[in-house]
Amino acid sequence: MSEINSRGYANSDALVSTDWVAKHGNDDGVRIVESNEDPLLYPSGHIPGAVEIDWAADLNDPLRRDYLDRDSFAGLMSSKGISNDTTVVLYGDRSNWWACYALWIFQLFGHTNAKIMDGGRMKWEAEGRELTREAPDVSAANYSAPERDDSKVRAFRDDVLAHIGRKMIDVRSPEEYSGERLHMPDYPNEGALRGGHIPRAANVPWASAANEDGTFKDASALRDIYEGNAGLSSDDDVIVYCRIGERSSHTWFVLTNLLGYSDVKNYDGSWTEWGNSVGVPIEK
Amino acid sequence: MDNIPSPLAQMLGELESLDRIERAQYLIELSDEFSEVPDSVATRPFPENHRVPKCESEAFVWAQDQDDGTLKYHYAVENPLGISARAMGAILDETMSGQPLDQVANVPPDIVHTIFGRQLSMGKGEGLAAMVELTTFEARQRLRQR
Repeated sequence: MSEINSRGYANSDALVSTDWVAKHGNDDGVRIVESNEDPLLYPSGHIPGAVEIDWAADLNDPLRRDYLDRDSFAGLMSSKGISNDTTVVLYGDRSNWWACYALWIFQLFGHTNAKIMDGGRMKWEAEGRELTREAPDVSAANYSAPERDDSKVRAFRDDVLAHIGRKMIDVRSPEEYSGERLHMPDYPNEGALRGGHIPRAANVPWASAANEDGTFKDASALRDIYEGNAGLSSDDDVIVYCRIGERSSHTWFVLTNLLGYSDVKNYDGSWTEWGNSVGVPIEK
Repeated sequence: MDNIPSPLAQMLGELESLDRIERAQYLIELSDEFSEVPDSVATRPFPENHRVPKCESEAFVWAQDQDDGTLKYHYAVENPLGISARAMGAILDETMSGQPLDQVANVPPDIVHTIFGRQLSMGKGEGLAAMVELTTFEARQRLRQR
């Protein structure tokens, strides 16, 4: 039994280890994808064979605040050498925030065969594993995408309004949750006019789920955090949110894949929408 | 952008003509060339009053007075993933050291968006802008003392 399998996750297949990537990263049918906050990291050195997907340039609509559409997603996947049956393994900086964000967006198009490399880039580097600046030789693949389906894992503002009183997790820092600050520590104010949180949301900062080395905590520790402390149970329908939906993607991944919750939605409008919306309820 | 050091104005002009990939390669080369503060100026643990606030890459800045009245800047970046901060340090040293203080003091922190492009995240942009602010602050402080 691998170390990841021994952690008691509901779906341990959603994670692979750095060892697994070192052995299988270049197998046929596997594509390693790096997704970072810092756009210089990938070109400065990446896992051999890995391609890059940029959260802003590749996954967002260039004009509206929304994600890419079906044709753009199919074109992106094709250009990265990903076909419909490719196993995609994502990794990145910031304890895999952006990797989880990309994986969550993949779900909007039904690409469920996607995994996270546990520990992300930090662990790979800490283990002294190979990085290269050589661009991978990628041939375009055939990819057929369905229309984007936002109904299963994405929540919009009106969904959240209707959900108030049911289970919701605010994954921001305690200072953001309390309204003491409108942004992450060391981050600028990204334009929210009001501080606080959505009424009755529990505060479980995203990093509660991660170990110091960026790996995920085991299932028992995660249950203590989300069920023991925050009062969730696996049959709840849950909405998670943060500032723009990136940190809450990490928590969405934990609840959905590691603890096996079947109805978790990520509110990507998050505080940058809610904190600017006229008339919505806010709690401090 | 008026009355800023000419090496910086020239570099900003060159960067504007680069596409995303060319810009990344250029900045990575600068990061590779980054030269950390020499032991003669500072050794670890670096004093907190030289730390750049809001910088997740744990950057530090020093300004050394030179005989001609200008400043020689030195930088350190403690986070091994701080590639952007190392590139920023290399740029600031190359384009601000030895330049007229009134021009250095005049450099706005939002040059980071011209340098790193619009893909720069808000958090990273804030830390890099703080490196610029601390660099120009040293020049403003010397000007006030004269």
